[in-house]
Amino acid sequence: MSFVVPKESFNGKVLAVDFGKDDKALAIGGETCLPFLSFEGEIPHKPVIAYEIQDCVPDDWPDTVKNVYKDVSGNPVTWAKYCQNELKAKAIALRLSSTHPDRGDRSAEDAAKTVKDVLAAIQVPLIILGSNHIEKDASVLVASAQAASGSNCIIGKAQEGNYKTIVAAALAHNHKLIAMSELDINLAKQLNILITQMGFDKAKLITDPMCAALGYGLEYTYSVMERIRLAGLAQNDPTMQPPIVGDVGMYVWKIKETVASETDVPDWGALEERGIAWETVTATSMILAGTNLLIMRHPKAVENVEKTINELV
Amino acid sequence: MALTGVQIFKLLPKTNCKKCGFPTCLAFAMKLAQAGVDISACPDVSEEAKATLGAASAPPIRSFSLGTGDKAVKLGAETVMFRHEKKFVNPCAIAVNIKDDLSEDALANMAAEVSASEIDRVGQKLRVDAISIEYASGSSAKYEAAVKLVAAKAPDAAIILNCKDTGAMEAAVKAVAARKPLIYCATDGNAEAMAHIAKANGCPLVACADGLDALSTLTEKIKGLGVEDIVLDSGAKSAKEIIEHNTQIRRAALKKSFKPLGYPIINFVMRDDSIHEASIASVAIAKYSSIVVLSDISKWKDLVLFSLRQNLYTDPQVPMQVEQKVYEIGEPKADAPFMITTNFSLTYFIVSGEIENSKVPSRLAVMDCEGLSVLTAWAAGKFTASKIAQFIIESGIADQLARKELILPGQVAILSGALEDKLEGWKITVGPREANAIPTYLKGRAS
Repeated sequence: MSFVVPKESFNGKVLAVDFGKDDKALAIGGETCLPFLSFEGEIPHKPVIAYEIQDCVPDDWPDTVKNVYKDVSGNPVTWAKYCQNELKAKAIALRLSSTHPDRGDRSAEDAAKTVKDVLAAIQVPLIILGSNHIEKDASVLVASAQAASGSNCIIGKAQEGNYKTIVAAALAHNHKLIAMSELDINLAKQLNILITQMGFDKAKLITDPMCAALGYGLEYTYSVMERIRLAGLAQNDPTMQPPIVGDVGMYVWKIKETVASETDVPDWGALEERGIAWETVTATSMILAGTNLLIMRHPKAVENVEKTINELV
Repeated sequence: MALTGVQIFKLLPKTNCKKCGFPTCLAFAMKLAQAGVDISACPDVSEEAKATLGAASAPPIRSFSLGTGDKAVKLGAETVMFRHEKKFVNPCAIAVNIKDDLSEDALANMAAEVSASEIDRVGQKLRVDAISIEYASGSSAKYEAAVKLVAAKAPDAAIILNCKDTGAMEAAVKAVAARKPLIYCATDGNAEAMAHIAKANGCPLVACADGLDALSTLTEKIKGLGVEDIVLDSGAKSAKEIIEHNTQIRRAALKKSFKPLGYPIINFVMRDDSIHEASIASVAIAKYSSIVVLSDISKWKDLVLFSLRQNLYTDPQVPMQVEQKVYEIGEPKADAPFMITTNFSLTYFIVSGEIENSKVPSRLAVMDCEGLSVLTAWAAGKFTASKIAQFIIESGIADQLARKELILPGQVAILSGALEDKLEGWKITVGPREANAIPTYLKGRAS
């Protein structure tokens, strides 16, 4: 019996989405096969990792990752520049955490100013994220979209409870949009449909099926992502063809495994390596499941995942 | 791959004699296809048809054990490409490689580290399963001594003999034959000798070739020499080779019934940087490897890889559950908030995560509701006032609290009245409906 390479070809294709502008613009998606199986399809763009920064000092990040940015995190502009110039970030994700009613409740106008300042300081593409407060994000992201008009950013996240105003703002100012639902392929599909019914081009959408940290429900995220990919490729379901984002850092850098010291849990070994490895492995499994865009925090984790991506393509 | 009813029908006598107990041969064939009856029920079937059916009913990926005793690891027997289709069956073994030219102390330390690697995670005991001992000294005597030492110091670990010299291999296998070491490896050049050693000692054998075409030829050759328990090494080194080869092997075995590749896979993922090695190991764990060999282990690395393996090998149809008990989040004092939820793991992770986010030290009672979420458990009659009351009373938590107040998930606010009746002396407070409102809620209470 001689071996014949068992190839599978699909009718569907992941939509390619570009963001940013000029020579620093990036594209994600566009593949016609499952992740990294380039022996049977095209993979025009490899996964991109964006560095997460915040508009306030990240008091709630554990030391392992907070200390990396201690000299720059007092100001989102210096922080963004540090990521771009020193860490060679290909993209930056600005989370407007301080707009959350519990974390400073800064106004949408303040947020818009931060967005403008950060955009003026960097050339790499910007992802603008709200604080994940349904009502507040609606106003914050509308003002931010306007402030970033013409910069071809990704804004998010639009959710079932607030998508209408955010979609309208992304439409008006020509941004790409993250649509987020909670770990359910049908909810993801439904939200994409609702958004495109408003006249938003599905080729400008990015799906966030909700991330989870390794050990904390990762298998749900992993399988929802795989099913979305298969629906888009094998069943050629157009509502399941946008690229996928994995917001990894915020889920990883709060769990006990990235916080508890070795003194407290001797069985778990060195805290620094443990935290970095946790973000690295969570992100690695996400790209295997189909993630096109990762949002991460620790430079060493980013470096390791980029090395793996380069080995995979 | 199993045959369809119609394919089986073609192999039957087609006499409709009813001796098998079915009205027609076709009906019997349909039942055979569902594995609901044995072929021996047909008295007239040919030997040839029996052989064909027997081969078709063999599992598409061969299954056998790595190592011996109760810590042996089952390999193979996988049935699907994606974990949402059906549970991945046998979690991959995690192994570490060590060279025989290290000092006795270094060898003994590694063996001790493997022996001490067991940790308990979400109710499962997880460990580094195997040690691969690499022939680097060039001395058969030194290799045998190293293998004996490591085997003695790590009595529960499976042994992988990583040695291409057939003479050194023969001596080493004999020294630890009772442990059924995995022989690494047979190549095109030494297949006869390695297969002979494997067969004589009843050990599994790795077939190692460059690429899947050569590998298929090699496994057929080894099988022809009488070795059935074969592990595949396609020579994959880069992450790309690992994902492509492993995917093609699994597909060929499952979807094309390609027997020469119907075996478990071993991947060596050594990298200079230990965290990067963990990342490459994740590719192998997620993508169909049965044995992942690392260049070093440490507690943090074990934990991260055990967790990934555990996550991906859980049954997607059975909700993951956490242990029923009162969990302390932060360092709660006697007057800290006391909340309750169900033991669906995702519910627990989200609720406990939000409590952590609030930075308000709290107690969270997690009640066994067979892994259902709050609303589902309530609807199914598993999260009722009387059952909650019984759990709270039996937990004895009241002794630790300054005041007896229980915060109920907002989704089941309807239970508060009945619960107040059943939990005498307790105040029942209705908390938020959704977990993401917990930080605001707890901070509001604290201020």
